[in-house]
This record gives sequence, C-alpha cells and structure tokens, in this order.
Amino acid sequence: MSGAVAKPARKKMREAIESGCPDGMQYLHPVMLRNFGQWVNHTHPRPGVLCHIAASGEKIWTVRAGTQRILDVFTLRILCDIGDQFADGHVRFTIRSNIEYMVDAEEKVEPLIEALTEAGFIVGGTQNSVAMISHTQGWLHCDIPGTDASGIVKSMMDELVHEFTNAEMPNRVHITTSCCQINCGGQGDIAINIQHTKPPKINHDLVANVCERPSVVARCPVAAIRPAMVNGKPSLEVDEKKCICCGACYPPCPPMQINDPEHSKLAVWVGGNHSNARSKPSFQKLVAAGIPNNPPRWPEATAVVKKILYAYKEDAKDWERINDWIDRIGWPRFFEITDLPFTKFHIDNWRGSRKSLNSSSHIRF
Amino acid sequence: MSEKQSNGNPGNEPGSDKSGGDKHDTPMLDQLEPGPWPSFVSGIKRLRDEHPSDRVNDMANDLLGQLEHSYQTRKGYWKGGTVSVYGYGGGIIPRFSEVGDMFPKSREFHTLRVQPPAGNHYSTDVLRSLADSWEKHGSGLVTFHGQTGNIMFIGATTENTQHFFDEINEYGFDLGGAGPCVRTAMSCVGSSRCEMSCANEHKVHRSLVNNFTDDVHRPALPYKFKFKVSGCPNDCMNSIERADFAVIGTWRDDMKVDQDAFKEYVGRKGRQHVVDNIITRCPTNSLSLKDDDSIEVDNRNCVRCMHCLNVVPAAFSPGDDKGISILIGGKRTLKIGDLFGTVIVPFMRLETEEDYERLVEIAEETIDFFAENALEHERTGEMIERIGLVNFLEGIGVDVDPNMISHPRESSYVRTDTWDDEAAKWFERRAGVDDAGDKKESAVAGGGAA
Repeated sequence: MSGAVAKPARKKMREAIESGCPDGMQYLHPVMLRNFGQWVNHTHPRPGVLCHIAASGEKIWTVRAGTQRILDVFTLRILCDIGDQFADGHVRFTIRSNIEYMVDAEEKVEPLIEALTEAGFIVGGTQNSVAMISHTQGWLHCDIPGTDASGIVKSMMDELVHEFTNAEMPNRVHITTSCCQINCGGQGDIAINIQHTKPPKINHDLVANVCERPSVVARCPVAAIRPAMVNGKPSLEVDEKKCICCGACYPPCPPMQINDPEHSKLAVWVGGNHSNARSKPSFQKLVAAGIPNNPPRWPEATAVVKKILYAYKEDAKDWERINDWIDRIGWPRFFEITDLPFTKFHIDNWRGSRKSLNSSSHIRF
Repeated sequence: MSEKQSNGNPGNEPGSDKSGGDKHDTPMLDQLEPGPWPSFVSGIKRLRDEHPSDRVNDMANDLLGQLEHSYQTRKGYWKGGTVSVYGYGGGIIPRFSEVGDMFPKSREFHTLRVQPPAGNHYSTDVLRSLADSWEKHGSGLVTFHGQTGNIMFIGATTENTQHFFDEINEYGFDLGGAGPCVRTAMSCVGSSRCEMSCANEHKVHRSLVNNFTDDVHRPALPYKFKFKVSGCPNDCMNSIERADFAVIGTWRDDMKVDQDAFKEYVGRKGRQHVVDNIITRCPTNSLSLKDDDSIEVDNRNCVRCMHCLNVVPAAFSPGDDKGISILIGGKRTLKIGDLFGTVIVPFMRLETEEDYERLVEIAEETIDFFAENALEHERTGEMIERIGLVNFLEGIGVDVDPNMISHPRESSYVRTDTWDDEAAKWFERRAGVDDAGDKKESAVAGGGAA
C-alpha cells in the first residue's frame, strides 16, 4: 500500500482510502459462497440459462440478459428491481456487459425471464450463440474515435437478436467493435474496426503548442513523421508515401487529425480467439475493408458481418470457432463462399509476416 | 416499472417531460431507438426527460446534442486533459468538449474509472447505492464494465469527480488505473460458479492488483500494465491476448474421468458423434475411444486445451494438483503489432500464503524491470521483443524452460561459447527437481517431470 503523504492543502481535502479492488466474496449468492471451488458440472437448460451443480448437490441457476451497456440510472434500477422481485438480489456482469442473475431454485427461472423480457431486456448469449458485441466508447465519450460504438452495436444486435436468443451456431461467436485501430474492443471471432485510409491532416498552427514533438515522432510505427518548420513555426510533417494511416500520432498530437468523415472506413476481421480450446489462441485476420462508416445504422457493415456469420453457421462443424473453421476449409474457400474480394491488402508485408505465407504445396482445389 | 422502457418509441413525448429548456433535435439518434435490442439513446432521453434533477436533464440534453452533431458530421468532439482526485494522479478519463459553446451543460464530461469487485459480483443494494451517488454528482450514465474492466461512470464535471469519489470511496470503492500505470485487473467468475476453475481467481486478482495501489493511482510507468486472471485455459478474460501479466489456472496431474458419465454420453449421442466431436478434435491425439465405450486419456500428452471438458463437463474434470501458468507480454496493435503473452512460469501451485507471496514477487520483479527498461509508451511485450526473452528472464530471475517456446531457434546466428555452463545449469535444476521427487517446494516448477 502506498504511504503517499499529502502536501498541506489550502483547504482541508479528504484523504483517499486506497482500498483498491473490493472483495467480490461479500456479494456472492449464499449458494455460490457455500460451494466456492466445489463445482462439478453444468447444464444449459435453454439459451440464456445455465445450471451449475456443486459437489454438495446444490445447484445455482444463472439467467443472462443483454442490455444497452450504456445504462442510465433508471435502467440500472429496473435491473435491480427485477433482481429483488424475481431473483435473490445477487447479480454479476459478464466481460461482454451482460447482466447475470443467480437463483437457487429452478422455479424462479421462468418468472425471472418473463420479467426481464417484459422490461425490454433480451435473455440469451450463452454457449453457442452470438454473444453480446463487446464495444468501446466511440463518439459518446472517446477523444480519438473514428466512429460510434454504441450505435453500431445497437444496429447489429437488432439484426442478430435471433442468434443471441438461440444457440444455433457451431460454437460461440464473439463479435467486437473498435472505433480506432488501437482496437480496445479486442480480438473477436468477427471484429468491426475503423480503418483510416488517408494520412492525418495537420493543423500546423497548433502543433508546437499542443504536441510534445519527439514523442509524436517516436510513436509512428513506420518512422514517417519528422520535425519540420512550416510557415515559420516548429511543426511536424508526414512522409505520406510511408504513412500507413494508423492514427497512432493522433492521440499524442490532436492537431494531426486522422479521422475523416469520408475516408475513415470500417474493416472486418475474423478468427480472433482467446481460448486455448483445441488450437492455441489466435489473432484476427483482415477480410474486408473500405466499408462506409455510415451512421446511424451502418447497414453495409452489418451486411458483411451477416454474410460471414451465416456462411460459418452453414458450413462449420459443431464446436469449430470461426478460426477453427477457416483452418479446416482454407482461406481460398473462405473468400469463395463469403463472396468477399481477395486483394493485395490481405497479404501482410511487414518484416514478421513471412510466417503468414504458404510455403508448401498444400493447396485445396 | 416496465412502462418506463421506451424501446421502439421513436419520438419525444411532448407534455410527458419535465424539462423546460429546448431539446436538441436528434433525427439520426432517433433511428437508434426502434428495434428489439435495448436502446442507449432511449436511456439518455429518459435522463433528459424524466429525471427529477434539472442538472441531469440539461447534461443529458446537451450530451445528446453533441452526439447527434457527431453522427451528422462523422467526427468526435471530446478532448482529453488533466483531472484527478486529491492525492491521485489518474483514474479519471478527462473529457472536455470542443463544441462546448453549442452544448455547454455537458462541456465537462469526465469518466471515473472505478474498480469492480473481483469477479464482477454485486448485490442489488450496492448497485442502488452507486446509482444514488452517481445521480447526485454525475450524469446518471454508467457502464458495467469498460474494456479494461472498470465500472465506467460516464459524465461528471471536474469539481464533481472529487465529490463522487469521496462518497463511494467511503463505502469501499476505489478508482482504477488510467494512463501509464498498473491498470484495473479482471478475473473470471471462476471458483464462485464454474467447475473448470483451477484457482481462487478472487484471491489472485486482489493479491496482485492491491499490492500495486500506488502504481494504479499514480501513473509513473513507461506505459500501461494489465493483470488478467482466468481460472482455466478457456481464458474467458482474454488474458493471453490482452494482459501484460496473464494468470491462467491449470492442473498438473491426470484429468479426472467419470467413465460412467462418459459411457452415458456415448450411449446418448452415438459413437460417430463422439469420434467427430471429441476424439478427433483433441489437438495432441491424446484420447482414444475404447470398444466398451470408455475413454483412455494419454495424460502425459494432454495440453489442457479444455475441449473435451467443454463438450462433456459431466465426464471430464481438471485434476487435483491445481495451480497456475503465467504468461507475460500480451497486448494489442500499437506499436509493433499484436503480441500474445509468452509462458514465463509453466506451473506454480497457489496453496500457501508463501505461494501467493511468490506470485506477487514475480509481478513485482516484472514491473520493476519494465519500469527501468521499457521505452516511453512501450508495452512489456514490446520490450521483451526488443531485448529478447532471455534478457528479460535474466532480469527478473527466472530460469529458461522449454515450455516457453514453440520450438528452438532456427537461425544459427548465435554465439554459444558458454554452452557447457548453461548445460550444467540445466542438469543441476533437473537434479533438484528429481531429488525432491517432483514435490520441490520451489513455487516455480517446470512441467518436465510431471
């Protein structure tokens, strides 16, 4: 723990209690507390519901529901009301911002589902469904976003709601969105991310005052930025032939505006999988780019996602995640059955990319 | 209560709202209200129209105005800055509007990152307390949770960040990390509800991050440093891909097989299904379906991938000799591209307090080395790539282990004149393990002799 000593302040300020991460045990359902570490099995009675069984024979039912993630206090209190009236007052949130209610009796499950459904929440997202899209802040709150996250997620989930409430996919599908190439949404079976296509536009009047220029130069992955005098002012210039339009310079130097209403596009990536199940974890791969960033409902992006999703649903074997499926069928077949164009941009060309080339005669016909 | 849900309600409801001021037109955002999925736009409108506080109404109105402006122009209008609470240097994401003259009531709209309880468990009571505190001081918008794992309280003025923090800090909540610091950690549901769990994720999570509260609250590292804890190799916390320091529960002895449950499964699903979905999916061909419908497991070659446990949790379970693996250096794109974590500790037990102390010690060594050796804005994984894994291992005092690699080097461009010394170290370590009958109480044990 820190023993940070406060400097004398002009007015008396409250000292923080540096308590860090609270103990989750205090909020556990009593059945979960009693059987902590003693679980032996689980079943999936229906989409959105899990039943875990402890060595003691006790069971806990979990009902999972999707929400809008950006919760207003009214909605949060509705979720609490439902938790008090129809569940046992204990909840948790999944990594994908679903709420989970835990109850100790099977007969509590259906009334809880009804209450959630009546209040407008969507029960589902378990096992081999399309899970809630993990998303970022976007225009609502980020300082560098090329798009909005909440809007894309709302638009897509409206169209994928059947896949959330039914477990009909070969395996679970994690979709992510990110509003810049930093990719805070993370790796996904399918990821929808901003891909800038033009170098930053520099406001040379502001660079010297706003940006720590050496840090900005150092931030560029391809060494395309160098100090320069522009109109008599110290500024930065970009070698536009080298620039990969990644936007890494924009956060440390806001006068280097990378976001463009027309040229900031969406790209779709597939096959990111964090699990060690079957194959080792894998990163997502680019499959489509140049998709318009088209608020408020981004129909073109949703169309690409659905095309991939339904090809996977149709063709993959049970338990294959999207990366497993493509490993089996090969990339040529993937582009063939999704009807997505294969371009020179799909071939990686940085120094570590040799491992992504096919150095064999293993070719499917 | 459900009548308050206005999913599908496309327009404002003149007369039903209490706010007197002009409401911004939001024709694009209005299109995000219909449809089956709950609408965040409807939620923000409820704050604008129905909340008893004028301050909340006005903030929500101008937030909607700015967001609509973003949708119309396809650009963001928030800028960062420097805001923190007394005594801390981070934990708040400052947001000042670039178009504050048009939307003055949400001109300052900072997010407080607050650390959730380990495992993201709450009672409805504590959620209500947080809602009460937040509507008193903030916008009334909150997310459980952001991608780093924090509760995101979105939208407070600079002054109110302090008041809100003071209030929730009194009942047990503390800020998370923001900036170049140790970040808020994440842990899975784990032992509290999952039969796959091989560790006490709550304890690992809190032992690690709460040892570094100073590094969480006062950003002074080269860049961010994240801990994530998953109780099994399914890695629901995405730790190998997203954490600088990933802790994954695993086991070292034989997995447990309930042959009766397995035979019941074969009887129910058929042999073809079992061959196609279990036997042939094992990445190391370690499973064999016997003629009597029992299963044989080659445990020495099982890599704990979890697939068969996931398919038939009733029949397969982790063994009893549980512990963790540690992988260091995962991160996303910037600056040199995606990196997975690398195995640094193949297996260590977490039973005694000394075991946990050793875990924290490894984290301390790693962060100290990172603080001293990484370049500005360089993540741990990038630093390891730049200096080489062996230099990092020597820096934190961990011995090399073949579990750290996919295969030995392919390039002959290496100087090997201390080969004999290094080989002697290997045999010495092996002898130590063998003498202790593989029960050496060194917390860090290689997987070789299991």
